[in-house]
Amino acid sequence: MGRRIGLMGDEAVAYAVKQCDVGLVSAYPITPQTIMVERISEYVANGEIDTEFVCVESEHSALSVCVGASLSGLRVFTATASQGLALMHEVLYAASGLRCPIVMAVANRALSAPLNIHCDHSDMMGSRDCGWVQVFAENVQEAYDWVIQAFKIAEHPDVQLPTVVNLDGFTLTHCMEDVEVLEDEDVKKFLPPRKPIYWVDPKQPMTFGAWAMPNYYYKFKLQQQEAIMRSLRVVKEVGEEFGKLTGRRYDTLYGYGLEDAEVAVLSMGSTSGTIRYTARRLRESDGLKVGALKLWLFRPFPEEDLVSALEKVKVLIVLDRALSPGAVFGPLGSDIASLMVKHGLDFKLLNYTYGLGGDEVTPEMAEKLFKLGLKVAEGAKPPSLTGYVREVV
Amino acid sequence: MSKYDVVMGAVITKPRTSLENKTGSWRTRRPVVDVEKCVNCLLCWIYCPDSAIIRLEDHIAINYDYCKGCGICAEECPRKAITMVEEG
Ligand code: SF4
Ligand code: SF4
Repeated sequence: MGRRIGLMGDEAVAYAVKQCDVGLVSAYPITPQTIMVERISEYVANGEIDTEFVCVESEHSALSVCVGASLSGLRVFTATASQGLALMHEVLYAASGLRCPIVMAVANRALSAPLNIHCDHSDMMGSRDCGWVQVFAENVQEAYDWVIQAFKIAEHPDVQLPTVVNLDGFTLTHCMEDVEVLEDEDVKKFLPPRKPIYWVDPKQPMTFGAWAMPNYYYKFKLQQQEAIMRSLRVVKEVGEEFGKLTGRRYDTLYGYGLEDAEVAVLSMGSTSGTIRYTARRLRESDGLKVGALKLWLFRPFPEEDLVSALEKVKVLIVLDRALSPGAVFGPLGSDIASLMVKHGLDFKLLNYTYGLGGDEVTPEMAEKLFKLGLKVAEGAKPPSLTGYVREVV
Repeated sequence: MSKYDVVMGAVITKPRTSLENKTGSWRTRRPVVDVEKCVNCLLCWIYCPDSAIIRLEDHIAINYDYCKGCGICAEECPRKAITMVEEG
């Protein structure tokens, strides 16, 4: 059974990495780096883990080192945030194309300019199509839990893809919570050593990173697509196994009140807590038919699970914590609109952006959103279908 | 498991497969050696990016299976023993 300790999000991620028997961590050590790798480097310096820690001069190099190490068969971790993820951009695609099951934690933070170090999801949304499995944590406990699961998902023989665990910058990375951590032996049992399929070995030489002509390139990319689609099943299996071990069962999404909610709000990350708290309050004190839907797994997009979760909903408000300048909807809103077309869903879709650069997300705002949704469910016209939450309600 | 008959991650699982892909057909100009002028200094052997210079007892020869015709050997030869001529 687990123990309860106080940890900040950064520390919880580092603690999980410490327990996962990671062979190598490579990271750029200063801003926009987080305390995650600082703690890991302390574990290494204190001799608590025998992980190889490679300190490099940029995030581009950090992920490149991780790719090389992963190809050599090691279990590999790195972490970054905002501009750091942007600088890794081209290597993100190399990591997924080379099928390296690297795990990375991203402290979701705004991109410059203007300079801002606070939370939003622009960093991950900017690299949305990099081919990594992408999960979002709601709180510090989830960040810890997802890191351990992420290795198991990434390294699964049917997946073999890098996986990113997103946790909201500052809101989660720098806030201390009561976290239930597993015993080291339990993590060991849950996560056996990595079994690479192909690896760099002088005794049996192979070529990695080869060139593919037009008649082959698309086959490799479509094969990669097959793998990320298979990860859907793996995420659910791993979540269930983790649930048996800890009592905290994970899945692709988490719904509240959806059995009869007319209005639901869909969100990712720490805001999901605020939304669910508000929904519960409105249901319990005012008997309002509202619900909350938290998306844990953003890529691959859990289409079937979303379709069944949204079966009864009349109005869905999708919250995007990233601006997609000039686009019709935000990234998550666009995915839901596509889902509606593909699966013939017919609820009313409102898609608002919020919380850019650490802008506050309060229960009062959530309440106004739900009330707006309820009016729309009764046939009222919303002030707009898109926009910034602060300006809409 | 996969619909596609390719190895995961574009890994080439056997070594030396580059020998099977003869790249000489990419050439538009071919290097021709004047063995009378060649003093076997091997500068061309060092410079050739495709390892297409063959070392013989007294002079060099070109491996046309892999020579891509870049002309570096002709440029670097201090004896002007290599001339580039149009293919075809
Ligand atoms: S032309 Fe280029 S490839 Fe051919 S032998 Fe000379 S240096 Fe090598
Ligand atoms: S560089 Fe010229 S002289 Fe020297 S080995 Fe090559 S062809 Fe002969």
